[in-house]
Amino acid sequence: MKREIPLFITFFVGVLLIIAVFIPPIENIEKTFTLFFDIIAVFAFFLGGGNLIRVHVRKLGDRKQDWMYSLVTLGGFALMLYAGLFKIGNDGGIAASVTAEGSWFQEIFNYVINPLQSTMYSLLAFFVASASYRAFRAKNKEATILLIAAFIILLGRTPFGMMLTGWIPDSFSIFQIPNLAIWIMNSANLAGQRAIMIGIGLGVVSMSLRLILGVERTYLGEEGK
Amino acid sequence: MNNFLLISLSDIGVIISLIVIFGGLLWLLIRSIKAKEVDRRIIFIFIFVAVAAPILFPITFQESATEVVKGVYDKIENLPAGSKILISFDFDPAMAPEVQPMANAISAHALEKGHKIIFMSLWATGQALLSQTLETVVLPQFPEKEEFVDYVNIGYKAGNEGVLNVIVADFRQMFPTDVNSVPLDSIPLFYNLKSCKDLDMIVSIGGGKPGPKEWVLFVGDPGNIPMGVGVAAVVAPQLYPYYPKQVVGILGGVKGAAEYESEFVKNYSKFENMDTPGLRMMGPQTLAHMVIMCFIIIGNVIFFRSRRKGGAK
Repeated sequence: MKREIPLFITFFVGVLLIIAVFIPPIENIEKTFTLFFDIIAVFAFFLGGGNLIRVHVRKLGDRKQDWMYSLVTLGGFALMLYAGLFKIGNDGGIAASVTAEGSWFQEIFNYVINPLQSTMYSLLAFFVASASYRAFRAKNKEATILLIAAFIILLGRTPFGMMLTGWIPDSFSIFQIPNLAIWIMNSANLAGQRAIMIGIGLGVVSMSLRLILGVERTYLGEEGK
Repeated sequence: MNNFLLISLSDIGVIISLIVIFGGLLWLLIRSIKAKEVDRRIIFIFIFVAVAAPILFPITFQESATEVVKGVYDKIENLPAGSKILISFDFDPAMAPEVQPMANAISAHALEKGHKIIFMSLWATGQALLSQTLETVVLPQFPEKEEFVDYVNIGYKAGNEGVLNVIVADFRQMFPTDVNSVPLDSIPLFYNLKSCKDLDMIVSIGGGKPGPKEWVLFVGDPGNIPMGVGVAAVVAPQLYPYYPKQVVGILGGVKGAAEYESEFVKNYSKFENMDTPGLRMMGPQTLAHMVIMCFIIIGNVIFFRSRRKGGAK
């Protein structure tokens, strides 16, 4: 029964939602199911929060390597939770927005989370430069095409692209680097992206059918069986 | 006199930075002829200088809006005053430097044209960033605009695509109140607004999931609602399949933001002194791109030289 009930629920809901598309009186049933999904999604926050506390408290208790970071994580979690739940520093009281101007939550967000996340992301610039230096080498035909495309896109994203090729007459404006960059995005990239999207779409249909028909059971914890 | 001195110092700073960067790169290029690889720490130093120098000594470039950016600009420009536009902040602080300038410029443009704006977010972190736009753009630059009449903030809602699937048919099922617990039924902007289908335009700004792509798939296309998107540069290629049918235009990365700001400032002279972070950031981005391109050239010179010597495979 532990397997049969979830399999039946999946089959029933899947088939019902497919049929609903073709029967006008029940075509809005999909929205009701979406609402159920949203209610369940909210519980994921409790699950996520609980799991975070469990993992880090255990790490702290066992004094595992880098346990000090767990202390910072738990401290930050508790502080944000306290500031957000009780709307500390919020002029509008408990009913007002958690991100109202002057609230502790918004202040911590603005002056701690915001710069920290931006800093982490900006480190990418260094690694992108280093990776470009090593990866974009004209080792063969394909790599050369990739190299040329990357070069045009990089140049096209800067004002130098137009400065270098702005003299090209309007009748040949496609050869101006910014326009070439747009052409690559709008034609070569577009064809590739569409192929990927169609592939993903077919994959989703096939995976959904496998789930509905009970062929795919890994979500029940039956991986490898 | 002081002003003159400041401009001169800034110019000198720019010139010295450019000499240091490109002089150094030239030296590396000459060195590369001997097939000597460049240590990655040297690359890091060059990128650091290329990004830091234009921040310390600002370099600005002229930008003009490309067709794909103009699509969004023209749509907002040509909507009749009083049109209802939803702007969704679907991003986090990591993405914010790239996409928040777009959100700010689009919000300013829409309010200036007399449109009504509904602000919301599908990302938990988006709500706090949305508040920043309200505090730095809407409240100081448009003090005459009234909350609930000209704009409203309905905040963040958990549920990703699920939220979109519901609001395309009914806002109130997912957002019974605004961010300050004011019922939507008592907000004038929502009097004749039941679902997303009653909107005149949607602008989704983001780059992750859920984001602009989900807005197109779940709301824009099924509801036949004009959509504009602003995304981080790395995500822009994924949105091109939807342009120009499902989305009227795409603002991609800092350049997209800079083009939009430049178009807005050019056409509305009263905003010529407004903060334009997109245009400001084009300096560091341009220089960093140039440095990366130089390193690609150096890398290839090293590759061919070492192949000639029989070193590289």
